[in-house]
Amino acid sequence: MLTLVHYLSLAAILFCIGIYGAITRRNAIGVLMAIELMFNAANINFIAFSKFITPTLLTGQVFAIFVIAIAAAEATVGLAIVILIYRHHKEINVDKINVMKW
Amino acid sequence: MESGTQIAIFYILAAMIVGSGVMVVTLRNVFHSLLFLVLCFFSVAGIYVLLHAEFVAAVQVLIYVGAVTVLLIFAIMMTAKIYSPSLKQFNEQVIPGLIIVSTILAVTLWVLSRTAWNVSKDVFVGQSTSAIGKSLLTTYVLPFEVVSVVLIAALIGAIVIARRD
Repeated sequence: MLTLVHYLSLAAILFCIGIYGAITRRNAIGVLMAIELMFNAANINFIAFSKFITPTLLTGQVFAIFVIAIAAAEATVGLAIVILIYRHHKEINVDKINVMKW
Repeated sequence: MESGTQIAIFYILAAMIVGSGVMVVTLRNVFHSLLFLVLCFFSVAGIYVLLHAEFVAAVQVLIYVGAVTVLLIFAIMMTAKIYSPSLKQFNEQVIPGLIIVSTILAVTLWVLSRTAWNVSKDVFVGQSTSAIGKSLLTTYVLPFEVVSVVLIAALIGAIVIARRD
């Protein structure tokens, strides 16, 4: 029998993989991909709660759709910033882009 | 409801998600990790179908597998030099990152196993897609409109940021 804890554990593992990628990648696009993994983990949580806690209201599914929309907006603006940074600095690694540090 | 089949499908999908997620964060070639990211998105859509969220699974395939992946491919193609296999792809925070992540994971799983969830016994009957559409245009109409404004702002912002001047 699949319980809520199965889905929440899967989402926790996926979220931790995303954190690891965001910490260790040097490439800005790789960091954005890791952030997308974390969004997916949050969405699994939303939909699992929607199925198991409030099955008749579908609140979690509606909010998962909102999260997907915001994630699309985030990816758009983030990649635009990455391309702009690449055009100015000829560099994409986030540990080299430190012009805002003193 | 054949519960054994569901459990088998869940574990197959979970293994695909975790395996492709690990590939996404550990492969040296960013393009290869993008391909594994697509596999991960598809498996997450399978998990949504398993949870009776068909509409969200369709949205996941359309937006993540369709749009976000194409956007990432364009970004990888437009920024040269990240594709070369000789480039160092990971910083020196691998060991601290592993320690931090395993600590977070252990604490989260511990809390998850100790919490008493008040699981509801109700079962949803009917079409989830039409119910989502109804609640989007009645209860959640204000967030719905705000999200559309946010999407327009992101669209204009991305054009303004990335255009040559």
